[in-house]
Amino acid sequence: MNIAIASGKGGTGKTTVSTTLAYLFSLKHPTVLLDCDVEEPDSNLFLKIPVTHTYNVEVLIPQVDMDACTGCGKCERTCQYNAIVVIKGKPLVLPELCHSCGGCYLVCPERAIKEVPRIVGTVESGHKNNLYYAGGILNIGEHIATPIIDEVKKEHLNAKVRIIDAPPGSSCPVIHSLEGNDLVLLVVEPTPFGFHDAVLVYDVAKSLSIPCGIIVNNMVEKYVPLFSFIEKENIPLLATIPHDINVAKACAEGTCIDFMISTYSKQFEAIQCFIEDIVKQ
Amino acid sequence: MKSTIQQLSIVSGKGGTGKTSIAASFAKLSSKRILVDCDVDASNLHIVMHPEILEEIPFVGQKKAIISQDRCRGCGDCVIYCRFNAIKDFYVVDPLLCEGCAVCAMMCPYEAVDMVDHLSGTIAVARADSQPFLFAKMGIAESNSGKLVDEIRQRAMKIAQAEGYNLIIIDGPPGIGCPVIASITGTTHVLIVTEPTISGMHDLERIIEVTQHFKIPTSVCINKCDISESNTQAIHSLCNAYGVEVIGKIPLDTDFVKAQIAGKTIIEFSNGKASKAIQSLWTKIENKLI
Repeated sequence: MNIAIASGKGGTGKTTVSTTLAYLFSLKHPTVLLDCDVEEPDSNLFLKIPVTHTYNVEVLIPQVDMDACTGCGKCERTCQYNAIVVIKGKPLVLPELCHSCGGCYLVCPERAIKEVPRIVGTVESGHKNNLYYAGGILNIGEHIATPIIDEVKKEHLNAKVRIIDAPPGSSCPVIHSLEGNDLVLLVVEPTPFGFHDAVLVYDVAKSLSIPCGIIVNNMVEKYVPLFSFIEKENIPLLATIPHDINVAKACAEGTCIDFMISTYSKQFEAIQCFIEDIVKQ
Repeated sequence: MKSTIQQLSIVSGKGGTGKTSIAASFAKLSSKRILVDCDVDASNLHIVMHPEILEEIPFVGQKKAIISQDRCRGCGDCVIYCRFNAIKDFYVVDPLLCEGCAVCAMMCPYEAVDMVDHLSGTIAVARADSQPFLFAKMGIAESNSGKLVDEIRQRAMKIAQAEGYNLIIIDGPPGIGCPVIASITGTTHVLIVTEPTISGMHDLERIIEVTQHFKIPTSVCINKCDISESNTQAIHSLCNAYGVEVIGKIPLDTDFVKAQIAGKTIIEFSNGKASKAIQSLWTKIENKLI
């Protein structure tokens, strides 16, 4: 069972929900938390699992043999990402823009291009009892997060429960995080911003044919358009967690898993029951 | 010639720290500005700015491959060469996974692959409070947000030059990857909005490293500063160590949410503690930009 926790808008409580759920599931089955918010990975700040393995994520980029290159410019014309520019007959590679498609390598008539690995980030992992953690970290200054997300998702493929903490937004990093999951849980703030962005991710999940459930979090007021939408689309509403200054304080201290379990146990039981029912089917 | 057009970009690393509320407030407080929503994956500014849309421009971010079923002879070379696993049996391109590299088109022995312009979204050129406001609408499950950010910023710059605006306020996305880099490169000043939580602090350090990597003058504002005195103090120390100024502090205030639900900026909605803190923050930011 692969469950992605997403939201569109940032700061709605994805990490709080995914780490708390992962902890609770781990009391019953071996459970994996995969942190796919590789631009800003935060889940292990709360899980506090000792990291025992780290490896680099590499992508392939072109390296040009200047002696063999005739400066014909075919590589530049083939590259759709402007990652190779030929200046005065000499190709210059801009590694951050490269998507590692291999086009330049294939097109070069002189076989002057070879592909060499380049490190763009790392994946770290470890476990405590039945709770396994793997998280990706994008290096500073890098543009493209998806190769790291894809690597993180290869961790612990056979575990019974895998919970994916997805990044905010609705474009490529989110699509890569959501793809292949059995369920998407949307953590939604009942505000105009929270609602607007949750609909974007709901549409992404729909286009990937993944069913959704909703957790309303940090509710100051009942924002009617959100609840009308949930009803109209017939999305299961699993839990509602009120606005609570003590949640913010627990997040400040890094103790929000303990706090959520002790204060909002009913909500988390409901979420767990919903997921276990799906697993049984 | 040095450009006299100032560009202020508001980013955060961690999401949900208050970037958009602050950007919208700044737009209300500044007398003459262009406002640009560069959080194109999850744009929200239009919700409180009530724009009057003048023009919607289609954005073709890339081409995508389409395999002609008439010309395809089923050799499967495209599957072998595609690095993005975008070609499914037998033989159809999944547009969600296609990154438009055109390697399949290049390698197909039967020229059965067409690269077709792909509409990734639209750019809305609008007016809010009689001043230019640009935002984008990405299509569902689209990629290329960095390119869209580049495009929308270029359009804003052209309007600034043509209509004599000296200030562009950019509401940026969360994170540190491609749309963030596209939202901060070449700007005059970056304002990072953080919060005193352990994740806020962790993400703050990463985004400061990004702005320093690209050598952009940066200052920090701490939102919800009263949820943890000790962490707020720790953010001061962290910023000190990086040589970055903490330029403002905003207390936790449910007026943010109430204003949003009323469809207003917090500046219009109330004159409470957060509203006042943003007004004094704006005065300091304006001085940075002169």
